[in-house]
Amino acid sequence: MNWSLIVKTAIRDSRKDRSKLILFMSSIILGVAALVAINSFNDNLVRDIENQSKSLLGADMTVGGNKPLNEDLVASLDSLSTERTSELELFSMSYLPSKDESQFVRLKGLTGNFPYYGKLITEPLEAANTYKSELAALVDDGMMLQYGLEVGDSIKLGEVMFPITGRLMNAFGSVDAGASFAPSVYIGGQNIEATNLIQPGSLVNYKEYVKVFKDIDLDDWEDVRRKKFRNEAQRITTVEDQRQNLQEAFSNLNNFLNIVALISLLLACIGVASSVLIYVKTKVQSIAILRCLGMKSEEAFMVYFLQIISLGTLSVIFGVALGSIIQVILPLVLKGFLPYEVNMSISPSAMIKGFVMGELITSLFAIGPLLGIRRVTPLRALRISDDTQQRDPLQWLIYGLIFITITGFLYTLTENVLDAITFSAGILFAFLILYGVAKSVTWAVRKFFPSSASFVVRQGLSNLYRPNNQTLTLIVSIGLGTGILTLLFILQGLILNNVEDMGVGNQPNMIVFGIEADQKEEIEDLTKSFEMPIIQHVPVVTMELAAWKGKSKKDWLSDTTRTSSRWAINREARVSYQEEMPVDDVLLEGTYTGVHDGGDSIFISLSERYSNGLDVEVGDELVWNVQGAMITTYVGSIREINFRKMESRFFILFPIGVLEDAPQFLILVTKSPEKQTTADFRNAVVKSMPNASVIDLGSILATLNDIITKVSYVIKFMAGFSILIGLIVLISSLFLSKFQRIRESVLLRTLGAVEKKIYRINAVEYASLGILSALTGISLAVSGSYLLAKFVFELDFNLSWWPIFGIFIFIVALTVIIGLWNSRDVVKRSPLEILRNV
Amino acid sequence: MILEAKSIFKKYKGIHKELTVLDDINFSVNKGEIVSIVGPSGSGKTTVLGLCAGLDTPTSGSISLAGSMISSLTENEKAEVRNRKVGFIFQNFQLLPTLTALENVMIPLELQGRAKGAKEKAEQLLERVGLGGRSHHYPSQLSGGEQQRVSLARAFSNDPEILFADEPTGNLDEETGSIVEGLLFELNKEKQTTLIIVTHDLELANKTDRIIKLKGGKIVSDQRIKATAQI
Ligand SMILES: Nc1ncnc2c1ncn2[C@@H]1O[C@H](COP(=O)(O)OP(=O)(O)O)[C@@H](O)[C@H]1O
Ligand SMILES: [Mg+2]
Repeated sequence: MNWSLIVKTAIRDSRKDRSKLILFMSSIILGVAALVAINSFNDNLVRDIENQSKSLLGADMTVGGNKPLNEDLVASLDSLSTERTSELELFSMSYLPSKDESQFVRLKGLTGNFPYYGKLITEPLEAANTYKSELAALVDDGMMLQYGLEVGDSIKLGEVMFPITGRLMNAFGSVDAGASFAPSVYIGGQNIEATNLIQPGSLVNYKEYVKVFKDIDLDDWEDVRRKKFRNEAQRITTVEDQRQNLQEAFSNLNNFLNIVALISLLLACIGVASSVLIYVKTKVQSIAILRCLGMKSEEAFMVYFLQIISLGTLSVIFGVALGSIIQVILPLVLKGFLPYEVNMSISPSAMIKGFVMGELITSLFAIGPLLGIRRVTPLRALRISDDTQQRDPLQWLIYGLIFITITGFLYTLTENVLDAITFSAGILFAFLILYGVAKSVTWAVRKFFPSSASFVVRQGLSNLYRPNNQTLTLIVSIGLGTGILTLLFILQGLILNNVEDMGVGNQPNMIVFGIEADQKEEIEDLTKSFEMPIIQHVPVVTMELAAWKGKSKKDWLSDTTRTSSRWAINREARVSYQEEMPVDDVLLEGTYTGVHDGGDSIFISLSERYSNGLDVEVGDELVWNVQGAMITTYVGSIREINFRKMESRFFILFPIGVLEDAPQFLILVTKSPEKQTTADFRNAVVKSMPNASVIDLGSILATLNDIITKVSYVIKFMAGFSILIGLIVLISSLFLSKFQRIRESVLLRTLGAVEKKIYRINAVEYASLGILSALTGISLAVSGSYLLAKFVFELDFNLSWWPIFGIFIFIVALTVIIGLWNSRDVVKRSPLEILRNV
Repeated sequence: MILEAKSIFKKYKGIHKELTVLDDINFSVNKGEIVSIVGPSGSGKTTVLGLCAGLDTPTSGSISLAGSMISSLTENEKAEVRNRKVGFIFQNFQLLPTLTALENVMIPLELQGRAKGAKEKAEQLLERVGLGGRSHHYPSQLSGGEQQRVSLARAFSNDPEILFADEPTGNLDEETGSIVEGLLFELNKEKQTTLIIVTHDLELANKTDRIIKLKGGKIVSDQRIKATAQI
């Protein structure tokens, strides 16, 4: 091959019509910019939210138990941590001298820089930094309110009087409601001993908060260590575990962001393909001439391949830069409107991804059609013939490669081969549908041509099937574009509904424990008098598992081959009974028995996790020790518990008619509108029901709510941003279509068609294309989002048709307007000028 | 003999039935001869020319061009022959729209790998066709006659052994046409090239050595007007 000539020709050929080139390039630039901007937003926001979720725990992992950690464990922790904080936690009575009151508190003594993620928020702020190094206590804000305490008052813990230096405004640790019985008090770890509260036999929790080296996979470590820690009776909690509680919100966010990333790739493909395909078309004649003059077909191929690749690379680089700039600038511009501040930084991984994918799709989309014109006969120079192009078998290879590229990209997102293949098959399917629609349109219009229609309609419609028509390219790109926009719109609506459901606005924030059965009415009246809702009010019976599957607990524990986990065996069962299964739960196996009919067998319902932990199935026998009385039951059903609501969730549910006479207390779940109400309510409850305790979830919910707000913001933002970018890419690819129709329009114009006629002819063509492709795209999006909602997001699917109808109208109008805009060029300039330039 | 066509058939598959465009064409052309092919529109002139120049493959029959059996060569081999031995002039000029006049003329030389001296030669040729001052203009900035003069310069730039011209004046007015015509014959005489012209124009045909008449894809007459050049 004559490389110097190839390069020379490629360069020379690109010099003329720079403006046309820029239009082609802009489409690629926008496509790649979409890819980069969307993915770097993704990276930034995901990182932000990940940090946020770490702030639930304050560390990557906690290890704890009721004995100090042994040396082996400490060594093991040292191997993976950069920093640790030790915590001693105990429950104790505290005395408030200024009020002469006593209150049971959860006392935490901390040494180390905990929290590693998030911030301990106190009032005043600096108290959080200083309390560990001096004699000071931070006291739960709710408790301060309840007793009317001020910063500067004292609290006596054990034998030591501590000045209160700050109010604790938020909390770390478990989101599990039952865990926080008592208000928290934080002191420096070195002061714990002096209180003399740690005595032999006193119940102390030892906990290590661990910040782990970045590259360590905690899950692996956990699997290995868990067995060991089990025998040590240590409990490990990782961020991952903590996140389980928010799992639904997070997995939906993740899936959604994956889909958005996939869409960014599709946008890049639309941008690149629409530009490259049309560009190659404009070069067919030049290739034929070069071939006439004796250029080999590989050389002609190379000239344009090189040209497209270099222009493509240039565009890709611009696109990467533009995408990164948008991503950094946009948050600054929008600053005032954002619900929180996101630290935007350039994401190198998104840039690299964007560059590699941009290059790959540009080359693949260039090779495809260029292979096709490799076979252009030089005869095209003699006569503009519409030689039915033979498909080059190599082209199939290229299409295969495009498929593999998309699958590969998806794999980097989902890290699951099957998912990646399923999704790309979905895209392929959408593409085939659009292809099929385009083909049947050209066929149908030709077959049922309205020969008696007006000249304008006939011209416009015949544009759909004439040689050199753009039906296929436009239907595919408008159809995919519309599909993407609609899909994003539908999905974000569904997910937002679901996520916002979890937000604080809808969450209970107070739990009253230990209400006696005969105080049922009293507590309900009290709650109502505070104008608070009764969200849940259920009985609780505590019991212990005595035997199951025909073997006693003692026998099981000494059985080395047992398959049930220790936590499930030792768990003190807090059991409730109710007639209906909780509405949010999902029945997995068996049937839920609501009422015990008085027969021999009592059928209870277990949560999936608990039944797995115990390794029991529907039909297995379980014997309970209810404060001395033995009750034999059978597993009647297994449920999946929905953790979306901050209500008490019961692993074990009995039917009514069994436990009514057993010793029991009630739990009431309610929602307080503000902190003062919480404090007042707490006072009132403590006064009239000294046995009951009120748990304020407000501080934990505050952390949770922050996350929920961010998740929904991220979803809204990414959907909006992608829709906007998608529109721009779609519009730019529509603008490219002008090169297809110029010749026809100019000829008509030369033949004397008036301006209006040309506009109308083009309007007919673009309207038919717009209507058909928007309809197809919307149908694809509706069925696609249905499948995604059902199988990926596990959400109920519902649609409001009006906005979708709006999208339809919008897309059709957009198509027609751009079509007319394109023909404006023809109408405004002299036909001669254009004929010479085409 | 520089060109020999033996029992050429060219058929196109139509929607309903096969269309025979060329029906048993036989003729040969000697080196240095100037031959015109005439006939009504649609009679197959362009097809014959295209086949002889190796731009397309006959359905059956054989063509030898400048010593190669062009009808049995691969596409790339045909390209090689075209580049070294053949020149073209098209009715619609067929200049590369994105290249300047000069670059258009240089292309065949550069394709031969003769980049050195290509520019000078191309400039000379442009000078020769009277476009010395327009070498940096793009085709769209030139009139039809000027474009055809550029393509004349391009056709002669690789010193072809044989030149094919498909209605070279068909798109031009009479006056411009005759200028192009004059240049064509002059250059041809200088370079001693074999010339095959497809034309409607009987006046033009009468200036050649020999006229081949086509009708309905068949040769209906083949007559020499002037004394034939050396075999
Ligand atoms: N690709 C094609 N398919 C079908 N018929 C063709 C094709 N190309 C040329 N023809 C037919 O071949 C015949 C000869 O064409 P052509 O050689 O261009 O005639 P001329 O140059 O003498 O006017 C015409 O009837 C034309 O319709
Ligand atoms: Mg012809």
